Amino acid sequence: MNINATLIGQFIAFFVFVWFVMKYVWPPLIHVLNERKKTIADGLAAAERGKNQQVLAEQHAAEVIHEAKGRAAEILARAEKRASEIVEEAKDAARTEGDRIKAAANAEIQQEVSRAREQLRGQVVSLAVVGAGKVLKRELDAKTHDDLLQDLVAQL
Amino acid sequence: MASEELTSTGYIQHHLTNLTYGQLPDGQWGFAHSAAEAKAMGFWAINVDSMAWSIVLGLFFFLLFRSVAKKVTAGVPGGMQNFVEWIIEFIDTSVRGSFSGNNPLIGPLALTVFMWIWLMNFMDLIAVDLLPQIFALFGVHFMKVVPTTDPNITFGMSIAVFWLILYYSVKNKGVGGFVGELSLMPFQARNKVVQGLFIPVNLLLEGVSLIAKPVSLALRLFGNMYAGEMIFILIAIMYSAGWALGAFAGVLQLGWAIFHILIITLQAFIFMTLTIVYMDMAHQEHH
Repeated sequence: MNINATLIGQFIAFFVFVWFVMKYVWPPLIHVLNERKKTIADGLAAAERGKNQQVLAEQHAAEVIHEAKGRAAEILARAEKRASEIVEEAKDAARTEGDRIKAAANAEIQQEVSRAREQLRGQVVSLAVVGAGKVLKRELDAKTHDDLLQDLVAQL
Repeated sequence: MASEELTSTGYIQHHLTNLTYGQLPDGQWGFAHSAAEAKAMGFWAINVDSMAWSIVLGLFFFLLFRSVAKKVTAGVPGGMQNFVEWIIEFIDTSVRGSFSGNNPLIGPLALTVFMWIWLMNFMDLIAVDLLPQIFALFGVHFMKVVPTTDPNITFGMSIAVFWLILYYSVKNKGVGGFVGELSLMPFQARNKVVQGLFIPVNLLLEGVSLIAKPVSLALRLFGNMYAGEMIFILIAIMYSAGWALGAFAGVLQLGWAIFHILIITLQAFIFMTLTIVYMDMAHQEHH
């Protein structure tokens, strides 16, 4: 336990080690620690930003969906309106067509009726001639009495 | 030597003697053969064991941290880097907490002080006889393996800190400011004559408190480690006193060693913290 030159040796060694540590050990390590601190802070900030952006995106998505729903309802309503219009138009067209067909059928019937009447008239004339011949017991000359027959036909 | 080791006193004496290199009584340079011879060598001798262990442990600390610092990465740290970063972070927090100035020396200074002293203290936990016995096999008769139980080592460091205190005090406050701080406080007076009378009193008070810094720093560490080692030596003596006392000594040794883990860390931490605080005081301006 004597105080001797060891003291001076330790004194010098102390400064040498402190100087070495200051030059070769401390700066790179503290630099890396600060760098990592910054990286983590940046990462946390980015996460926070991402969260905010997600909230914004969700809001935007909700808006878009709402708008789309409105548009869809509008389109549906318009389509329904158009459908009823088409039905109405079809009904009108059908009615017109029906009327037309009915009129055509009526005309045809009239035609048929008048033709049948003409035929009937002719047959009645023949029958009348035959009937008259039998009544008169003699053959009538259709030619001779043509004007008579015509007169008869006109009366039918 | 062999007869000396048979007695308890001799054993203790032997454990407390440094391997001293210096001028022998016959004028030759060489290792002292006894404590008395080492004492007779005076100031110009060197405790080879303290000095060598101190430098070996300092180099171990430096190379360990240097190897990590070389391939350090800001990405995911490996196991060793994690450990080193943990210590750096701890030191950096301590420095930031106590040191308000801006000086790139303080962090490395605190780190060196803490790790180096911790490692030197740690030598205390190695069984007291193990390393001396191994060295005895090679003909080295004295071997004190805990450098911090040598006041030369603790004073060497505290005086280095003291120099730093003086250097930064003068650098930051100027010679006038520093002398003024020593001579014009704590007693102050408006009257110039009274103030003049206060100067010697202030110088005495402030001078004592200034000198007390390195002395207390060195003696606190030395005293704690010396006492701790002494208890390990006393416990070791009990091993030779029969199996019952030997077993009891084993329990004591275990208990003291566990407690000592706390002491070596605490002493290293106190030395570091006080160094930082003294540096902070040297950087602060008093008005």
